Amino acid sequence: MTRMRRWLPGLLLLSPSIAAIAIFVYGMLGWNLQVAMTDRHDEISEGRFVGLTNFVQLWDQPRWHISVEHAVVFTLVFVGGALLLGWLLAFLMERGIRGEGTFRAIYLFPMAISFVATGIVWRWLMNAGTGERAVGLNALLDGLGLGFLQWQWFRDPDWGMAAMAIPAVWQMSGYVMALFLAGFRGVPDELREAARVDGASEWKVYRHIVLPLLRPVTLSALIILGHISLKVFDLIVAVAGTQVVTDVPAVFMWVAVFDSHDPAKGATIAAYIVLSVTVFVVPYLIWSVRRERRES
Amino acid sequence: MHTLTTGRAKWVTDNAVSYVLVALGGPFRAFTQPWNSNPKGWVSMRRRWMPAVALVGLLSLAACGGGGGDQGATGGESASRQVEVYSWWTGPGEADGLKAMRGIFEKQNPDLTFFDAAVAGGSGNNARAVLAAKLQADTPPDTFQGHAGAELQGYIKAGDLEPVNFLYDELKLKGVFPDQLVQQITVNGQIYSVPVNIHRSNVLWFSPSVLREAGVAGPPATIPEFVAALEKVKATGKIPLSIGSEWTLTHLLESVLLGSLGPDAYTALWAPGADWSTPQITRALTDFKTIVSYAGPPQDDWQPASKQVADGEAAFNIMGDWAYGFFHNPPDGGLGKQSKVDFDWAPAPGTDGTFMWLSDSFTLPKGAKNRDGAVAWLKVAASKEGQDAFNPKKGSIPARKDADPALYTDYLADALKDWSEDRLVGSIQHGVVANQPWLAAINEAVGLFQAGQDVAALQAALADAAAANAQ
Repeated sequence: MTRMRRWLPGLLLLSPSIAAIAIFVYGMLGWNLQVAMTDRHDEISEGRFVGLTNFVQLWDQPRWHISVEHAVVFTLVFVGGALLLGWLLAFLMERGIRGEGTFRAIYLFPMAISFVATGIVWRWLMNAGTGERAVGLNALLDGLGLGFLQWQWFRDPDWGMAAMAIPAVWQMSGYVMALFLAGFRGVPDELREAARVDGASEWKVYRHIVLPLLRPVTLSALIILGHISLKVFDLIVAVAGTQVVTDVPAVFMWVAVFDSHDPAKGATIAAYIVLSVTVFVVPYLIWSVRRERRES
Repeated sequence: MHTLTTGRAKWVTDNAVSYVLVALGGPFRAFTQPWNSNPKGWVSMRRRWMPAVALVGLLSLAACGGGGGDQGATGGESASRQVEVYSWWTGPGEADGLKAMRGIFEKQNPDLTFFDAAVAGGSGNNARAVLAAKLQADTPPDTFQGHAGAELQGYIKAGDLEPVNFLYDELKLKGVFPDQLVQQITVNGQIYSVPVNIHRSNVLWFSPSVLREAGVAGPPATIPEFVAALEKVKATGKIPLSIGSEWTLTHLLESVLLGSLGPDAYTALWAPGADWSTPQITRALTDFKTIVSYAGPPQDDWQPASKQVADGEAAFNIMGDWAYGFFHNPPDGGLGKQSKVDFDWAPAPGTDGTFMWLSDSFTLPKGAKNRDGAVAWLKVAASKEGQDAFNPKKGSIPARKDADPALYTDYLADALKDWSEDRLVGSIQHGVVANQPWLAAINEAVGLFQAGQDVAALQAALADAAAANAQ
């Protein structure tokens, strides 16, 4: 009885979210996978089980190759850019900049904006007009005498997705800064002092003391940014709509379901997105479970 | 959607949102200011999250339950009088037209309430996605807007729509709509929608001043003349042809196909088993490639692309005649430009004598709550009075042949005349000749072409799309 009193309230409190997650996350994941393995290529047919056919056939579609390439470029630029910029900002803050609180707030603010609002503003900033017709960033470059840097931004067929990652970096680097700042502050002063006493230069303190201690924070940031990046949809649609030139798997999924009316294809793409996020998240989960076990 | 309109349910949903915000407030502070917490702050933060997550879960379940119960209690009575009209007319002009038609509807049917269920988004992309969810859940609106023609094929196949032949017979609509239109929207002897308006897709908009500057005598009548004119404009440094986002290229493609192939061969493309691999199509697509090579930087959508012509930055733009309202209407919805001075028009090169049409129409979904209300709406939409109230505001012409010509001036007078005299063919991009999956495949092929400029790949993709989707 007393034992029940200990775990029952907790379970009761958690049960709504357990039920909701069981149905709306795992239930839907299972349903999606089931649809992906049928030939339900329109909304009317019931769909027969076809195994992994859809997963294989998707690779025959040129658009799928484009969207995967785009997702890779976007992820590399976005995750790399946000990590570097966030780290740099946190580093400068940590060096004791004056008015730190103000700067912190300024860099964090973009995070409070939705990707849709960000996208609409950046769509204008990244207007493709050059020369006399330049507006937005191209006009800014022109004004700075850097007119030769003007380009088509996200409409460039080769490097457009790198441009598309810029608003995402702008929005999320403040968040990464917050993570790193917490990490910096978490490094005990005693360790730094001990290293300095032993004659380590300031650079060596960072290289051998602070950076290794920041590894868990970096990993968390990597996971958070990585899964945002692989699922990105709202930003792309707000900037460019559902065009092939800026296609990513999530946008392709939308087109497959709502324009092509092909549920099986949409579900297959969704399954690939989940799979790619899993590649990021599962090693992290294993790592953190192991660490917790080691610490306890 | 109905539940949201009834008072109590709305109160519940609104308040659920504020509960969630309050519940998130505490942890959010810990989340955004981790530097203020101790080195183990992340652990304590996790503990602080848990009750909030549980609370959010509870509240959202409660909100769902509340909303559902409410529907049963109060939904029935009001639904019998309410007519949910689902459209994507939210922009300037079109929303005014809808309001004018609504006024007529409410005057004729004092016992019915008009419920405007419009979903914003040009060309109805968002509206169709939301509609798909409503149809899937078997909760169709009483009547919904769709482009007349093949766009409705999916709904028809899924058994979502009831034929409206009885209305055509009762109102004698077959006599007042052009025969070619009635033929082209009839599927196996059945008609599934009532066209409210007609737009023309194959219009070449041009800037008279840019053409003068480039030494082009007038709008080009054929595709070779068009290419020569584009070349002359290019030499002046102006944009020869303005384009918008991906779909505006498909829009351009349909005019080029029609101009290069002619109306018979163009129409034949949409029949099952049509041959898309002919040299004629290769030539048309090569023309398309040549024309696209003169395009300026792609704009965000059709409006900024058309605006380049009206502003004298670009010479040509091939866009539907909704551009006329955009050019001509006073600022705050339009550009306030002067017709024949700032902009002028002609049929797209090689398409004179052919009217490539598209039409907004209303349907009669099966299983809707208020079928009689929907039929009453369709009667207004089909009537001369309804169409003459709607179209001058929307900037389109009525589908009926007996409209009052005095209401349609300037460009619209031209369009009205051509509508009654020209050969009619259907648009691709705007849902007349290709069903939705087919159109998606065509847009994809055009998008891939934009990146690779490969005519053979475009033709192969178009042939595949036809083979997979023609019916």
